[in-house]
Amino acid sequence: MSSLMEQSPLGVYQAHLAKGELAYQVSLDDNKPFFYPRATVPGTGSTNIEWRVSKGLGTVYTTTVVHYKGEPPLNVAMIDLDEGFRMMSRVEDIDAMQVKIGMRVKFRVNPGDAKQPPFPVFTPAEGKS
Amino acid sequence: MSAALEGLKRGAVAIVGADESDLGQVAPGTHPMDLMAQATMRALADAGLTLKDVDGLFVAASQVRMGPMAFAEYMGIKPKYFDGTIIGGSSFMTHVAHAHAALQLGLCNVAVITYGSTQRSVSRAAASPREYNPYEAPYRAFIPPSAYAMAAARHMHQYGTTREQLAHVAVAARQWALMNPKAWEKEPLTVDEVINARMVSYPFTVRDCCLVLDGGGAIVMTRADRARTLKKKPVYVLGVGESLSHANISSMADFTVSAAVESGKQAYAMAKMKPSDMQMLSLYDAFTITPLMFLEDLGFCKKGEGGPFVASGAIAPGGKLPVNTSGGGLSYCHPGMYGLLVMIEAIRQVRGECGQRQVKGCNVALAQGNGGVFSSECTVIFGSETAL
Repeated sequence: MSSLMEQSPLGVYQAHLAKGELAYQVSLDDNKPFFYPRATVPGTGSTNIEWRVSKGLGTVYTTTVVHYKGEPPLNVAMIDLDEGFRMMSRVEDIDAMQVKIGMRVKFRVNPGDAKQPPFPVFTPAEGKS
Repeated sequence: MSAALEGLKRGAVAIVGADESDLGQVAPGTHPMDLMAQATMRALADAGLTLKDVDGLFVAASQVRMGPMAFAEYMGIKPKYFDGTIIGGSSFMTHVAHAHAALQLGLCNVAVITYGSTQRSVSRAAASPREYNPYEAPYRAFIPPSAYAMAAARHMHQYGTTREQLAHVAVAARQWALMNPKAWEKEPLTVDEVINARMVSYPFTVRDCCLVLDGGGAIVMTRADRARTLKKKPVYVLGVGESLSHANISSMADFTVSAAVESGKQAYAMAKMKPSDMQMLSLYDAFTITPLMFLEDLGFCKKGEGGPFVASGAIAPGGKLPVNTSGGGLSYCHPGMYGLLVMIEAIRQVRGECGQRQVKGCNVALAQGNGGVFSSECTVIFGSETAL
């Protein structure tokens, strides 16, 4: 990681999303991926970090459906990306209750809006975990 | 195990006073520190001590960010030793561990641990505003319920745990609450009513989730020699354990195993006891999944068997292992950070003060605190003179 005077972990992550990419970090000391983006490697504090772009394929680790009053049911899920990191996200293009643990999913960028920068969501993909 | 905890001596300190503030919905304008003050003076009276005796102060509250400083001013005291560690609902179990160290080292002589919240009056959103997390905010998870719901969903997937089994946790809590005059809920509850209640975050209905109430409490601690000279029979601290595993639920390594495994191991080691020595459990029940997982993680049943265990009636009145005899956060009171009240019930059981719901011959009780989203787990084992 370079100086925090030049770029932040969040800034790099969001710049990738603006290009349609899901980026994550890898500790080059032991080749382990980690997420969320950080200035140092969890567990060691090392700054020997490389940004990589995920292939965007993953598996639903767990899922819930949130019921806010006056809104349609909303999916929230934990996605285990094939590269070996986990993130909170949402599976779209499918009924919220039909999102199942073990389901294969594929990354897509939700463009966000004036207040919310682009963010990653997932859609059902072919195959099984 | 941390070096600090290794230095703690089993039974060196005791709880000598414990009480709640008013609970439920308090008068408009009540400040969380009004509840802390009320609870502190009740707990001191319970001990036969006065405010002048207090020289150690431990405070954590979401509505009072600099707790020890603000509450020392409110009470007009200048404590020699203070600690404002805030790690959610388990903060107070951690305060017991830290007060144990401070008392044992002579850094203070009488420690008060206190908490207050007006979350029902001012709304949960106002009482516990969430920190902004740019990686997770877009998904609008309802935290904390959605986080625990995802743990429950994973537990159901891996072990076949059912919504009916989870509901049994709420039903048992309600059965106990009906024997506690201070409990908020006054009517019986069935498994069907839990499952068919308003859905909050699948698989949780509103009845799988704790109450949202105003309330507070305080406990008073001294060294064992002084404790024996005071009004009530001392309740000794036999063991403590504390463990941090993550802050955000996405960083929980295995959603079906909590850090209570570690905090429990520490507490059992210090107490020189095992799960079968515990006669009553006070397990933080913010959601039905929490006590179910703690029963597994603290060694009362095998991993994955928490569902059948609770559905057997084991934790309900008349069952083989009394759990949350106050009615718990699900039916008695949950004022946001519930750990202090979790301990007060365990202390009262060891004292034999629980009336109709008293566990006969209860000399050892375990209190499990839980903070954040299965994030901070702290265990305290209390015992009577007999258990020393």
